[in-house]
Amino acid sequence: MTKFREQAARFGADFVTADADRVDLASAPFGVWVDGTEYRGEALIISTGATARMLGLESEQRLLGHGVSTCATCDGFFFRGKRLAVVGGGDSAVEEATFLTKFATQVTLVHRRDELRASKIMAERAYANPKIDFRWNAVVDDVVGNGRVEAVRLRDTLTDEHSDLAVEGVFVAIGHDPNSALFRQQLDCDDAGYIVTGADSTSTSVEGVFAAGDVQDHVYRQAITAAGSGCMAAIEAEHWLAAQEPTARQ
Amino acid sequence: MRVEAAAFPPSRLGGDRPGNLTKGVGVSDHIVALTDSTFDETISGADKPVLVDFWAEWCGPCKMIAPVLEEIASENGGKLQIAKLNVDDNPNVAMRYNVMSIPTLLVFKPGESAQEARRLVGAKGKAQLLQELAEFVA
Ligand SMILES: Cc1cc2nc3c(=O)[nH]c(=O)nc-3n(C[C@H](O)[C@H](O)[C@H](O)COP(=O)(O)OP(=O)(O)OC[C@H]3O[C@@H](n4cnc5c(N)ncnc54)[C@H](O)[C@@H]3O)c2cc1C
Repeated sequence: MTKFREQAARFGADFVTADADRVDLASAPFGVWVDGTEYRGEALIISTGATARMLGLESEQRLLGHGVSTCATCDGFFFRGKRLAVVGGGDSAVEEATFLTKFATQVTLVHRRDELRASKIMAERAYANPKIDFRWNAVVDDVVGNGRVEAVRLRDTLTDEHSDLAVEGVFVAIGHDPNSALFRQQLDCDDAGYIVTGADSTSTSVEGVFAAGDVQDHVYRQAITAAGSGCMAAIEAEHWLAAQEPTARQ
Repeated sequence: MRVEAAAFPPSRLGGDRPGNLTKGVGVSDHIVALTDSTFDETISGADKPVLVDFWAEWCGPCKMIAPVLEEIASENGGKLQIAKLNVDDNPNVAMRYNVMSIPTLLVFKPGESAQEARRLVGAKGKAQLLQELAEFVA
């Protein structure tokens, strides 16, 4: 990542490490505001990514980093020989559960439905893994523990009965939300909030504004596809800028 | 897959300067690398708060915040020392402070290594980080 950044700097990129808090996409030059400072550009590429969805529990926030995690590849290492719960039923939940069996003694996948949404091959791999068991039709009502995770309190969605599952770690893998709130009033987004882009293109509903990476991709969401679409956006922005030049000079 | 930090040039950690991570030499102009054996003396000998970034080579979000920390370090170096600790190579300190998620940032006040003054978990943007670190960089 550092190398990409250094290369971009070498080719003249200026970096402003800050969160944009307002945009104006009505017409070029488009405006981006950071803490009251205004930046204007003839083209704009949006690549704000997606954020892992959380359960929304107070206890989850309190125990984040004390056994609650949203990143198995980052944190699996800390749970060697421990019992874990993974919440979710899609590909990423199943992938995380499978990955975590490298460290954990037992991984319980907690899913609110009675079957996985994950692809067949991923699901079959999980079913065949002796370290993974399943709690179907169950949602997490609370994470129990003081200073560290001791259990998750589950509610059976069919019977409404509560039960505690003793675990030392909880990995939340219930999906991602695109970071598109800033743009939703000004760009076409789909029902889930992903910025809509043209076929085989990163163009958005506003000419000169392009979107790349996870903020416009609910299908692949991989580093390489994000980087690939980033390259597409750069080329498309370059073409757009070149096409604007004659009018700008008039 | 686990990747050995030593397999990569130090420039991956911010800055082009040669720096030997395991020996605790500066990772960049503004950031020092700590180890299990240098941690205590660094914290107890500090004359300003020290922010320790617990990270590992296989942690994507850790890489995302690296340039942010580099900027914060270069802009606030007079008030806050920023340090990095590789949890793969230095498991003892990470265990002692119950670090179970990375990136975790612990801020220690000078001399107070028994207990961190602030714990921040997960990758955050610069604005949010600065807000949560306000009392140390004010
Ligand atoms: C746990 C985990 C493991 C993964 N493992 C893999 C893997 O093994 N292989 C793989 O190919 N992919 C993997 N991925 C997916 C990959 O990380 C993403 O697809 C990729 O990072 C998306 O890139 P992006 O640039 O679209 O978004 P991101 O990498 O999310 O970057 C978005 C950036 O925009 C910034 N931002 C957001 N809002 C604003 C704002 N308002 N102003 C300024 N900046 C803002 C954010 O701070 C962030 O830096 C993984 C993802 C996760 C969460």
